[in-house]
Amino acid sequence: MMLKAENLNVYYGPIHAVKGVSFEVNEGEVVTLIGANGAGKSTSLKTVSGLMRSRGGAIEFMGKSIASTPAHKIVELGIAHVPEGRRIFTSMTVEENLDMGAFTVRGGNIDADKERVFEQFPRLKERRKQIAGTLSGGEQQMLAMGRALMSHPKLLMLDEPSMGLAPILVEQVFDIIAALHKAGTTILLVEQNAEMALSIADRAYVMETGRITFSGTGKELAASEDVQKAYLGG
Amino acid sequence: MKFLAYLVSGISLGSIYAIIALGYTMVYGIAKMLNFAHGDVIMVGGYISFLAATNLGLPVLLSVLVAMVFCTVLGIVIEGLAYRPLRSAPSLAVLITAIGVSYFLQNAALLIFGANPKAYTPVVSGTLKLFDGQLSISYVSIVTVICCIVIMLALTAFTGKTRMGKAMRACSEDKGAAQLMGINVNRTISLTFAIGSALAAVAGALLCSFSPTLMPTTGSMPGIKAFTAAVFGGIGSIPGAFIGGILLGVIEALGRAYISTQLSNSIVFAVLIIILLVRPAGLLGKRTQEKV
Repeated sequence: MMLKAENLNVYYGPIHAVKGVSFEVNEGEVVTLIGANGAGKSTSLKTVSGLMRSRGGAIEFMGKSIASTPAHKIVELGIAHVPEGRRIFTSMTVEENLDMGAFTVRGGNIDADKERVFEQFPRLKERRKQIAGTLSGGEQQMLAMGRALMSHPKLLMLDEPSMGLAPILVEQVFDIIAALHKAGTTILLVEQNAEMALSIADRAYVMETGRITFSGTGKELAASEDVQKAYLGG
Repeated sequence: MKFLAYLVSGISLGSIYAIIALGYTMVYGIAKMLNFAHGDVIMVGGYISFLAATNLGLPVLLSVLVAMVFCTVLGIVIEGLAYRPLRSAPSLAVLITAIGVSYFLQNAALLIFGANPKAYTPVVSGTLKLFDGQLSISYVSIVTVICCIVIMLALTAFTGKTRMGKAMRACSEDKGAAQLMGINVNRTISLTFAIGSALAAVAGALLCSFSPTLMPTTGSMPGIKAFTAAVFGGIGSIPGAFIGGILLGVIEALGRAYISTQLSNSIVFAVLIIILLVRPAGLLGKRTQEKV
């Protein structure tokens, strides 16, 4: 098992945002956390990447506890987190953003890694010298994903990659996720667009007000009547 | 010719402001805090280089180097002890703490060195005479301007090209995202304080070479003016701090010469107010538009 989160309890001041959540991700899987706004999905991801801390519970990555490892060290262990809202460095160029993604890579060939990212996202290559804040929303999402890939992650965590994108771009983003999966990257995906997420997920967890209410394979959940009713508008 | 002399003295005074403002602006850019103790680190730098030169008999350059090392450590200690515990506190708490640190340093200096001004020996002496002696420029002025330009260019190269420099810019924009890149934010902030404080030591030695009386309050007025210069140029911007510092020095020198000696400070701050009314982000302040 690659990632195992057990009994996470996360608070924002007095607000108990994540209540006893457990989930796991196996090597090579695409796992998705779906649910409405405020269900605790993003908070769960932030807790894995060390930006938030769980009171009690355990997080193991590749058999090692990371529950108290500082966020910047967790990246080095092989978890890359593409945060909600992309959070690219808007005053830096596209290329500098990629350099930052490779911050933990020492002695590697960063230029070759960049070329690899540019192959995947040709738009970024055209705009490599451009200030990232001037990119369109879709391009910014590509940059955020490319930047995360620069650290050679074993586990890629994506938080709402389709947010705010036009439908055609949403499809593009999901095609890229599918391609990354095919190339062997393990992916933990948080999405409000449940239909899209379930269509590419091996397994899925449904979150509701800080708790996991359903879990199963992507197909099972897509077919489940309860999930249909609650999230897929069916 | 007189005008030229005033201009030169303004530029060299402004270069000192610029060196101090660079420290202010870098710390502000990354830690998003106004380190009001920065001016007092200048004073500490002045005392340390003074002691190293007079009591230990070290050569000038070495004494400035000793002051730089001392202030670097001091900067890191101040950040670690006073500001780091307040990282997630409201910015007003940090501001008040910075003012507290400022008074602490002034009073510690008062206790250790006493209130009597010390006569500082300029780092370089002598003057350059031009136009048959009609225009004389002190070597200190020349050294100051050169120092300032070198420092500005070095910092621009550092933040633009190096891995740690880019990490600083990343932290300055988004600390959470920087952490997700594997950047150690605390260490980056420490490094920024270290650089700013080392610059403060240089500024201290140069400042005391200009007006060779060294007192525990020596750093406060130049500190405030350099802060003004940083805001003037656009706080957070390195070239902004440079331009802001130089302009401020020139305005002060010309104001003193042609308008009124007593009012020179008022003129400086009046200009600041006008600039901020017209350009709230300062001369080179960032106004990036974000697309969503």
